[in-house]
Amino acid sequence: MTFETALHDPKLCRVLLARLTRALDGRSMRFMEVCGTHTVSIFQSGLRSLLPASITHLSGPGCPVCVTHDVDVAAFLELAGREKIVFATFGDLLRVPGPGGQTLKHAKAAGAHVEIVYSPLEVLTLAVSNPDNVIVFPGIGFETTAPAVAATLLTARQKKIKNFCVFSLHKLVPPALRTLLDEEGDNAANIEAFLLPGHVSTILGIAPYAFLADKHRIPGVVGGFEPADILLALCRMAEQLRDNAPAVVNAYPRAVNDAGNPKARALMEEVFITTDALWRGIGRIEQSGLAVRPDYADMDAAVRLGVRLVETPQQQPGCCCGDVLKGRIIPTTCPLFGEKCTPAVPVGPCMVSTEGSCAAYYKYLEH
Amino acid sequence: MDTCLLLDAGSGGLASQRLTAQCFLRHFANPLLARLDDAALLRDVHAPIAVSTDSYTVTPLLFPGGSIGTLAVHGTVNDVSMLGARPQYISCGFILEEGLSLELLESLVQDMAGAAKEAGVLIVTGDTKVVPRGACDKMFINTTGIGSIFADPTPSGHNARVGDAVLVSGALGDHGLTIMGSREHLSFLSDVTSDSAPLNHMIAEVINAAGPVHVLRDPTRGGLAATLNEISEQSGVSMLLEEEAIPVHESVKSGCSFLGLDPLYLANEGKCICILPENRAEDALAAMRASPYGVEAARIGTVVGDKACRVTLQTRIGGRRILSMPEGVPLPRIC
Repeated sequence: MTFETALHDPKLCRVLLARLTRALDGRSMRFMEVCGTHTVSIFQSGLRSLLPASITHLSGPGCPVCVTHDVDVAAFLELAGREKIVFATFGDLLRVPGPGGQTLKHAKAAGAHVEIVYSPLEVLTLAVSNPDNVIVFPGIGFETTAPAVAATLLTARQKKIKNFCVFSLHKLVPPALRTLLDEEGDNAANIEAFLLPGHVSTILGIAPYAFLADKHRIPGVVGGFEPADILLALCRMAEQLRDNAPAVVNAYPRAVNDAGNPKARALMEEVFITTDALWRGIGRIEQSGLAVRPDYADMDAAVRLGVRLVETPQQQPGCCCGDVLKGRIIPTTCPLFGEKCTPAVPVGPCMVSTEGSCAAYYKYLEH
Repeated sequence: MDTCLLLDAGSGGLASQRLTAQCFLRHFANPLLARLDDAALLRDVHAPIAVSTDSYTVTPLLFPGGSIGTLAVHGTVNDVSMLGARPQYISCGFILEEGLSLELLESLVQDMAGAAKEAGVLIVTGDTKVVPRGACDKMFINTTGIGSIFADPTPSGHNARVGDAVLVSGALGDHGLTIMGSREHLSFLSDVTSDSAPLNHMIAEVINAAGPVHVLRDPTRGGLAATLNEISEQSGVSMLLEEEAIPVHESVKSGCSFLGLDPLYLANEGKCICILPENRAEDALAAMRASPYGVEAARIGTVVGDKACRVTLQTRIGGRRILSMPEGVPLPRIC
């Protein structure tokens, strides 16, 4: 039996559900998961339909495509449309609409050279086979993807590959969580516990989330992605709430080391520097993004190709993606959901990516 | 002889004749084609008739488990079979790119001939166009299939009835993942193989064994999810599936898990969905399992009366979720 099979075992899940119900002891719990892969797993496995009714499940700003800002989309659409540029990207970016609903799919149909890649290193192969073009890779993602992109830059330098650069739009998870929790008044977050992202935590470890418990007295549990992993994490959250003992803990030790991966972090440090970043639906968050260090400016698309960021009106009228990403509402509360906003014609970012919370609601739940 | 295709081969003159004789007539060899009249004369096709056409544009042309040649025959043979017909004849139109390797062309034509032979169909008429380099991607093939219908009443997507059993003839997702893997050179998918296969003989056995079935469909693009949603809409019914019962190979599961894809949305080229009255499901399953292309056949669900026309999945852990219609091409995710 593989891990995957074992962690889908209905008996194991029933045991964990019973433990969760006991820990809740009639109380309610509003938890937010921060990673798009968790979002999909919770829906795809049918786990959501089994959770006790008193649990409210919120999806946070952890889908990299969803939080990519209009301004950045406009910038890379402009880049992709330039002569002698090959825009090499992960597939799910193709559908993300920028201003006016334009996407990379439209740019491709209009003649832009867009290639789908599966790993950043693959981009270097493209660079070697397209010596007359500059290959631009949009660095989108969180702490999970940034080290691999950093390694690619270092490899390019070592192999003297000159026609490759990165348009870094990487984002960092802890500053976004801080921002959610620092909001006050009407905007104050209403989140009682966090399911922390398993993949990001393999790099970060658990220390960067300590503020959740220390400052805000909110439990944070790093969880894996199979149904039993998620249920275990929910049990740990509910038990901490029951015991009034919030802490940041690791419930995914088969993949996550409490100290994270220092080597991967060193790679990130070498190549990137933290900078302010725009988050779709949330806005500017200080020191929440990664820019390419000046030492590597020759591989920084923003510098080398003179990318201009043009402010655009932020969201479509009526779109509540910002409130969804902050956990203030669930997707079906948005007036556009399922009517004016569907996966075919996504108005807001949460409907765009398969890992967006609105898209998951639309795809997996009756509506 | 040239080693690559020149524009001359599409001229209609001697160069065209040489290509036809040395490649197509030689491998598709049959008396109906050999007459080389403007159309093939078919005397033994009896009404009602099933006709289906499809165009094939796969990249790469060769992939584990098949090629554009086998697909062009299997796809059309299967489409004709899904109407309860015995596919008999195929027409085939080639659009070839100038510069195509003649050796490659011949090997793909051989693949077509082999696939046609196994399915028991004749390729009786065809057409070849050669377009300038860059005007197409190496090779496009269109095939049209024709055959006499033997099932009465004929199966149709409109015929699913409440209480019917939903069967699938084998594991899902292999073809779609294979194409993605070989197109992108994804080495971790090296143990996945396309399921491209002719299903006509198996379908005939299923109908012989179980009597007329309500629905037969092959879940190609859009996979099981798209096909079952289409049938639900057409028939005005809903379906309840057991995730645990849906056959998916471990290699496909793990490849999909890595890429963020769902095997139930990936294309198949050698599988059929069969919906029929519950009391004949076991006979149909036994007939499928007796075929080399139906060994892993399984009952995966039931047609239910809910008028919402939705497909619901009972998941492995006992939860429920919708299996919705896909939107666009499946794209691998970022992390």
